[in-house]
Amino acid sequence: MNLMSIFSQWIIEQGPAFLIVLPLLMGAVTAVIPNKGMAWWITFFVTIICTYTAFSLFQHVYFDSFLLYTMGGWNPPHGISLIVDGLSAPILLLISVMAVLTVIYALPASISEIEPKKRAPFYAAFLICFAGLMGMVITGDAFNVFVFLEVSSISTYALVAMGAARDRRSLAAAYNYLIMGSIGATFFVIGLGFLFMETGTLNMAEMSDILSELDGGSRVSKVGYGFIIVGLGLKIAMFPLHTWLPRAYAYAPTKITIFLASTATKAAIYLLLRFTFTVFDPSFDYIAIMLKYLIMGVAIVGMAFASFQAIFQSDVRRVLAYSSVAQVGYILLGIGIATSSGLAAGYLHLLNHAVIKGCLFISVGAFWYRFGITRVNDFSGLFKTMPLTMGAFTLGGLSLIGVPFTAGFVSKVKLILAAAEQDMWWAVLVIVFSSVLAIVYIGRIILFAYFGTPPKINGSILVKNEAPLMMLFPMWTLGLMSIAIGVNAFGIGDSFVSASEIAASVLLGERG
Amino acid sequence: MIDFLQINPGIWLILSGLICTIIPHTPFTQLYRKCLVVCAPIFTAFMITQIFTSDIAIGGLISIAGIELTTLRIDNLSMVWGYLFCLIGILNGIYGLHEKCKITDSAALIYSGAAVAGVLSGDLLTLFLFWELTAISSVFLVWRGGEHAYAAGVRYLALHVLSGVILLIGAVIHAKFNGGSYAFNHIGLQNLGGWLILLAIGIKCGFPFLHMWMQDAYPKASITGTVILSAFTTKMAIYTLARGYVGTDILIYIGAVMTCFPVFFALVENDLRRVLSFSLNNQLGFMVCGIGIGTELAINGVVGQVFVHVIFKSLLFMSIGAVIYRVGTAKASELGGLFRSMPITALFCLIGAGSIAAFPLLAAFVTKAMIISSVIYEAHHNSVLYLIAAMLLFASAGVMEHSGIKVPYFTFFSHDSGRRVKEAPWNMLVAMGLAASLCIFLAFPWGGYQMLYNLLPYEANYKPYTVDHVVFQLQLLFAAITAFCLLKKSGLYPAEKRSEILDFDWFYRKCGFDLLKSINLGWNTLDAKISNITRSAYGSVNKCLYGVFSPIGSFSKAAPSGLASVMTAAMLILVLIIVYFVR
Repeated sequence: MNLMSIFSQWIIEQGPAFLIVLPLLMGAVTAVIPNKGMAWWITFFVTIICTYTAFSLFQHVYFDSFLLYTMGGWNPPHGISLIVDGLSAPILLLISVMAVLTVIYALPASISEIEPKKRAPFYAAFLICFAGLMGMVITGDAFNVFVFLEVSSISTYALVAMGAARDRRSLAAAYNYLIMGSIGATFFVIGLGFLFMETGTLNMAEMSDILSELDGGSRVSKVGYGFIIVGLGLKIAMFPLHTWLPRAYAYAPTKITIFLASTATKAAIYLLLRFTFTVFDPSFDYIAIMLKYLIMGVAIVGMAFASFQAIFQSDVRRVLAYSSVAQVGYILLGIGIATSSGLAAGYLHLLNHAVIKGCLFISVGAFWYRFGITRVNDFSGLFKTMPLTMGAFTLGGLSLIGVPFTAGFVSKVKLILAAAEQDMWWAVLVIVFSSVLAIVYIGRIILFAYFGTPPKINGSILVKNEAPLMMLFPMWTLGLMSIAIGVNAFGIGDSFVSASEIAASVLLGERG
Repeated sequence: MIDFLQINPGIWLILSGLICTIIPHTPFTQLYRKCLVVCAPIFTAFMITQIFTSDIAIGGLISIAGIELTTLRIDNLSMVWGYLFCLIGILNGIYGLHEKCKITDSAALIYSGAAVAGVLSGDLLTLFLFWELTAISSVFLVWRGGEHAYAAGVRYLALHVLSGVILLIGAVIHAKFNGGSYAFNHIGLQNLGGWLILLAIGIKCGFPFLHMWMQDAYPKASITGTVILSAFTTKMAIYTLARGYVGTDILIYIGAVMTCFPVFFALVENDLRRVLSFSLNNQLGFMVCGIGIGTELAINGVVGQVFVHVIFKSLLFMSIGAVIYRVGTAKASELGGLFRSMPITALFCLIGAGSIAAFPLLAAFVTKAMIISSVIYEAHHNSVLYLIAAMLLFASAGVMEHSGIKVPYFTFFSHDSGRRVKEAPWNMLVAMGLAASLCIFLAFPWGGYQMLYNLLPYEANYKPYTVDHVVFQLQLLFAAITAFCLLKKSGLYPAEKRSEILDFDWFYRKCGFDLLKSINLGWNTLDAKISNITRSAYGSVNKCLYGVFSPIGSFSKAAPSGLASVMTAAMLILVLIIVYFVR
C-alpha cells in the first residue's frame, strides 16, 4: 500500500472530524498570528484542504454508502456522532468550494473593504463561520447542531458588522441580524428541549427511532417541531421571517455577502430537511399537514412577494437579496411537494442557486470594487467598461431567470414537472409567473448595462477597467459551471442531478 | 430496407422537385433538369403500375399519436387520376422545355407530386397535407407571371390555405363522428364535418361564388404556369368529391349552376385565357353535376370527362400559351388572322376546341353524353332533373359558343391583325401534337374510346356512336354556330373590347375592402380607448405595487427588530395552530 492510498484511506476515516476541527483550530491560530500577511494564506490552504476532504467524502458517499464517525470512539447514542451521507455530502462540498472561491475573491476585495489591522481577525472569523457551517451539516447530534449554528451565526454577525468601514448602516443591519438570529437559535433550542423531553436522547438517529415508535409522539413533540421550524425559518429567511436578510446582504462586506448568500441559508435548509424527513417523518400527520399548508404556502407567497419587491429595488444587492428570498421559495416548494421528484428538484435548485447567486454577487462585488457602484442606474454602459464581469453577470442572470441551457432552467423544469405530477397546476403557474418577474428584475439591470451609455468623466468616456484576475476567476468558474449544468458538459449536469436524486432517496429513507 | 412499393408514388415527384431546387443553374445542368421534369412523371406512372396489381392496393400504413394513417391507396377510382396526372405531367414537361426557369420546374414537379400523392392518399390527414402542399407549391407558378400577378397570387394562396384549414377542421369533426377514424371513404353530409369538407372542396373546384380565384389567378400566371395550374388543383378536388360525396343531391344543382353562369362571362370577356378559365369552370360543373347524380353511368361519365377534359383543356391553354409566347398578348381585340403564320398551332387549337365542344370523333363526345344521359335517365324519378338536363344542354351549346368558336375564331381567323410571327417552338408543337392526337384517339370509334372506357371504374356498355346521338349533337352544335353567325352578322355579338369585366369577386374585393377599412377605423378608435383605459389601469396598478414593494413602500421599510420579533411570534402561533388543529 503506497503513501497515497494510505492518505486517502485516512481522509475517509478521519475526514469528518477533520472538516470541523481544522478550520476551528486554524481560526484561533489566525486570530493571534503576528504576521498579518499570513492570514490569507492560512485561510486559503485550510479551505483548499477542506474542499479536498469534502470531495473525497462526497465521492465515497456517492459511490458507496454513508459514513458514521464517532467522536473519541464513543458510540452513539451516548457519544457524539458525525454523519456524512448522500444528503449532507453535497452540501459540505458546496460550502467548502464556495469558501475557496470567496477566499480567492477576498484577497483583492479586502484591500478596499477591510482596514489592514482588522484583516487577520476577519479571516479568523471567516474560518470559524466556515467551521460552524460545516459542523451544522455534518453532525449527527441535535444539540451539536445548535452549538454549531451559534458558532457560525455569532461569527457571521461580526463579519457583517465589518462592513461598517464602507457603510455605517451595516452596524444596524448586523444588530438586527443578531437579534433575529438569536431569536431563531433560541426557538430552535427550545424545540430541541421539547424533543429531548419526549425522547430522552439528543442523537438524531435515536430520536428518530423513538419518535416513530411513539407514532409521532405526543403534543410535546408537535410543539417541539413547531419551534424548530420557526427557528430554522428565521435562518432560512422563509418568507415573512426574511426581514433581516436584505439589509444584511446589502451592507455586509461583499465577500461575506457572497459566502452567506450561497451557503448560510443553504445549510439552514439542509437542517430543515434533516429534521423534517429523517428525525421526524413525513408520514406523521402533523408533518404532512405542515409541509402541505405551511411550507408550500409560505413558498408560494414568498416567491411572488419577494420577486415583486426585487423589481422595485434601486440597489442591485438588494435586488439580488430579495431574489434570494424568492429562490428560497422555489426550494421550499420542492420540499413541500414531498415526493421524491419534488425533493430532488428542490435540492437541485438549492445547489444551483448557490452557484448562480455566488456568480451574481461576485460580479456585483467586482463592480463595486472598480467603481464603487451598487445602484441599478449606475450600471449604465457597464458592458463597455467591464465586459468580462458583465458577461459573467449575464450568465448568472440568465440562469436565475431559467433560460434554457442554464442551471436555473434544469432545476425549474424539474420543479414544474414535480408539481405537475401531483396535479398542482397552480404551483406551476406561480413558478412561471415568478420566473417572468425574474426576467423583469434581471432584465432591467442587463438592459442598463448593455444599452446604456457609459458615464462621462471630465468630458471623456470612461475607459475599460476590467476587474482583477482574482475576481474574474471565481466569477467565471461559477458562471461557466451554471452553463455546464445546463448543457450537461463533462457530465457535470448529470452528477448534480443524480446527487439531488440520491439526496431525495436518503430523505425518503430509501437509501441507507 | 425500405419497401419502395409502400411509398406513395407522388413522393417521387416531390422528391425530384426538391432535387430540381438544388441543381445549380447553368446551361449544362439545365439539360439534366429538363430530363428530370419529363422523366419523373414517367417513373411515377411506372411505380403506380408496379403497386396497382390487384383491385385495390393499400400501403404506407403509419400510426402517429394513435391515429392510423393510410398514406397509399390505389383502387379503380384513384388509379385513373394517378395515371392522368402523370400523363399531363409529361405533356407539361415537354411543353415547358424551352423555359429556363428553375422555380417553374421545381414548383411544377412538387405541385404535380402533391396532386398525385393527394389523390392516392387513403386518409383525410394525408390528404390535408398534400392539399396544402398543392396550394403552397402552385402559388409560385402564379407569381412567375410577373409583377401584376403578385396580388392575385396572394389572394390565391390565402383562399387555398383557408380551404386546407377548413378541410382539416372538417376532417377532425368528421372523425369525431366516426369513432376517431380518419379513413377517406364516403363522407356525405350527415354532420358538420361533412359540410365543412364540402366547403373546402368547393373552394378548390370553384363552386359558384367561391370560384373567382380561378379566373383571377390562372390568366395572370406565366405561359407554362397556366397550363400546369389548369390541370391539377381542380381535378384533385373533383376526385375528392367523387370519393366522398357520390349521390349527394345538392351537388346536382350546384353543378348545373356552375355550368351555366360562366357562359355569359365568357362571352363578354376579352382576355382569352380568362375565357378558357371560365370554360374550365363550366366543365367542372358537368363533373360536379354527374357526381351528384351518382349512378354508375354518371360516375363513368365524370371519370371519363375528367380524363379527356384535362387533355383538351391543356391543349387549349397550350395553344393560347404558344400565341402569347410569339405575339405577347392573349387579348381577343389584339389578335386575329394568325392562322397564316401559325398554321399548326391553329390546327391543334381547332382540335382542342372541337373536343371541348364535343364534336363527334373528338374527345368530349364520348364522355359528356354519358353525364347528360344519366341525368335524363334519373329524371324519370324526379322531374326537376329535366330542367337540370336542359341547363346542361344550354351549357353545352355555350361551351361551343365561347370555347369552340370564340377562342379559335378571334385568335386565328377574324379580321387580320397584321401580325406576322414565327410558328410555335418545336417542343410546344410536340406537346400540343401529343395532346391533339390523344383527343382524336380517345374518341376514335373503332378501338379508341373502348380503351378509355376500360379505364373507367364501372363496366361501361354505353354506346356513344349511335345515329340519334350523333345527329342530335351535330344539330346542337350547328345551332350554336348559326347563332354565333347571326349574332356576329347582326352586330349583336359583344364586340371584343379592352375591358375588365366584373365578376362576383368584385363583391369580395370592393365590399370586403370597404368593410375592412371601416373595421380598421373602428378598431383604431377602440384600440385608442382601450389603451387609454389600460394605461391608466396599469398606471394605478403600478403605483399600487410601487407603494407596497418599492424601497420606500410599506413592505420594505426597515423593519425594526421588535416588529420582526412580533412577526416571528405570530408565525409560531400560526405553526402551532396548524400542528394542533388542522386535520
